[in-house]
Amino acid sequence: MSKEVLLSIENLHSSVEGKPILKGINLEVNRGEVHAIMGPNGSGKSTLSNVLMGHPKYEVTKGRILLKGKDVKDLSVDERAREGLFLAFQYPLSIPGVPVSKFLRMSLQATHGKDIPIMEFQKKLKEQSELLEIKDSFLGRYLNEGFSGGEKKRNEILQLVLLEPEMAVLDETDSGLDIDALKIVAKGIEATRNEKRGILLITHYQRLLNYVQPDYVHVLADGRIIKSGEKDLAIQLEAKGYDWVLKEANLLTAKT
Amino acid sequence: MATKKARLGKKDYKYGFHDDVKNVFKPGKGLTKKLLNEMSEMKQEPKWMLENRLKALDVFLQKPMPTWGNTQLLGQLDFENIFYYVRPTEKTEKRWEDVPDKVKNTFDRLGIPEAERRFLAGVTAQYESEVVYHSIRKDLEKQGVIFLGMDDAVKQFPDLVKQYFGTIIPMEDNKFASLNTAVWSGGSFIYVPKNTHVEIPLQAYFRINSENMGQFERTLIITDEGSDVHYIEGCTAPTYTSNSLHSAVVELVALPGSKIRYTTIQNWSNNVYNLVTKRAMAYQDAAVEWIDGNIGSKLTMKYPSVYLMGKGARGEVLSIAYAGRGQHQDAGAKMIHAAPHTTSTILSKSISRDGGRTSYRGLVRVNKGASGCKANVRCDALLLDEDSRSDTYPTMDINEKDATIGHEATVSKVGEEQLFYLMSRGIKENEAQSMIVNGFIEPFIKELPMEYAVELNRLMALEMEGAIG
Repeated sequence: MSKEVLLSIENLHSSVEGKPILKGINLEVNRGEVHAIMGPNGSGKSTLSNVLMGHPKYEVTKGRILLKGKDVKDLSVDERAREGLFLAFQYPLSIPGVPVSKFLRMSLQATHGKDIPIMEFQKKLKEQSELLEIKDSFLGRYLNEGFSGGEKKRNEILQLVLLEPEMAVLDETDSGLDIDALKIVAKGIEATRNEKRGILLITHYQRLLNYVQPDYVHVLADGRIIKSGEKDLAIQLEAKGYDWVLKEANLLTAKT
Repeated sequence: MATKKARLGKKDYKYGFHDDVKNVFKPGKGLTKKLLNEMSEMKQEPKWMLENRLKALDVFLQKPMPTWGNTQLLGQLDFENIFYYVRPTEKTEKRWEDVPDKVKNTFDRLGIPEAERRFLAGVTAQYESEVVYHSIRKDLEKQGVIFLGMDDAVKQFPDLVKQYFGTIIPMEDNKFASLNTAVWSGGSFIYVPKNTHVEIPLQAYFRINSENMGQFERTLIITDEGSDVHYIEGCTAPTYTSNSLHSAVVELVALPGSKIRYTTIQNWSNNVYNLVTKRAMAYQDAAVEWIDGNIGSKLTMKYPSVYLMGKGARGEVLSIAYAGRGQHQDAGAKMIHAAPHTTSTILSKSISRDGGRTSYRGLVRVNKGASGCKANVRCDALLLDEDSRSDTYPTMDINEKDATIGHEATVSKVGEEQLFYLMSRGIKENEAQSMIVNGFIEPFIKELPMEYAVELNRLMALEMEGAIG
């Protein structure tokens, strides 16, 4: 089966308020692949996910991002989403007065481009909520308002399973979760895994990767990918930390 | 109900297109004793009402303009240059063809039914869905509920009207109360007998053959012990009028154990000064709820209030104000705790965009002797851009140590991050803005009857579109 490139990041440089954060990222995610990106704090992990999605604060100074072969440079945030890109936020925002169910329905309509009949929507919602152990009452609450960390993350994954994007970027979905919540989130991610979808998992800890086994692991440090490998790279990092990799890349300065 | 010789209809107005209204009675501009005499005679009013009007005119002429509020705009009001009372002839009819396209388009976008469009555009003098209302009226009659236009009530139920008219808002209260008392016309009178629950919300346009959305409406609602009623006035669709001054007075009396909910949504055209005095007396264990939506007008000054006169009385004001370019919504509430163990809640939500200005002006007073009271105020302002403005002038005058008072005020803008989050789900920017604004006024929308909620949501979405486009 030939591999089809879903997401191609070419020599990507990005700055925030004039300060360079990403200094030349090269990465290719093919359909059906799960890539994990790990790295110490301040390596640029969140910047990467924000730049991919098109946050206006992040300027692309060099390089490009191709989604299904298309340069996303001139695509607005919502256009990228409609092209099949999804971002699970590390810190999901709360939108007062907007019920979760309404938000989900609008998102589904926006990304699928057509009106979803209410019955069909309710059915889908029920199935996926059960998978993620989300109670009915949750859906009537206002979006992310007063949600615990775990609830916010599960809500992000609920959106992932409902919206069925082609390219999913999950930004530290595992941070702040206890082991039970982590398992549920992992179950959700695994349920979306198939040969059409590409998944980019940005994680801080290796834990999640026990449940969602990646095809490739990359280490991000100082705005660049300094090492790539397969899933055992993650296990090594868990055991030994980042120092040895940073040393290899001559990045072991006072900065870390 | 007594029939009239000529139909009382919507006031004379100009959109800037040709106008061939022949008027039976057009005494010229300005407010004079002569006008009041002629008006009272046309209406065939009892003498006491004419005397009341004349007295109020004297008060009006003596009273100074308010020295607070948007004095700049208020200063532009030219009292001499207003028609205070006009009765168009039977043949009043603007032609639908003459109604500006912009107006027609808005009706289209809001999905306003055909019959309503003509009424709102002033093409016909009254609402044309008579059949429905006849059956509603029969039910009300059976219950002993009195609901008619104020003009008729003065003649048919003089004792009842006399007992309460001007007692909640005396003519001396403020300049615009005296103006209204002198020159009022139209408005609703409702009396609900003891222990009667009025099932459906009563609405202004149920009053067939009477003036609707007039300049100087006078409304009086009395709920007798243990009864309750919900009254709705105004509408979300933009209402076009050339009458630049609207000054209504609304008096509510909730006798012990009764409840009144009064919902208003006003969307006057941008040339209108909307200066309204609304006040309720809530007696023992009674409740009054003002649901107040301010969307239109050039300047609105309106502070619905509840005087909590008996133990256990409850007052609530839930208000939203939306100010776009060139608008100033100066709204708020007043709660006077004049008895122990009374409670009040004020929730004010305002949105400003495009240089619009909203103000919250509120008073909570707990009188000496009113022990064990609870009052809560929350005012939230949402600024949609850098040009817009919001001000808060809350006053707390608390004279009892055991009063529980809460006050919270927030100002926010539609955050870049919130927009990013919604747009990352494929939602277009203006729709995302709309969702956020919608969420902001959700506590208000929740309290409206379904069709109003739908209309208001649609209207706000339209406004948001305008904001971006």
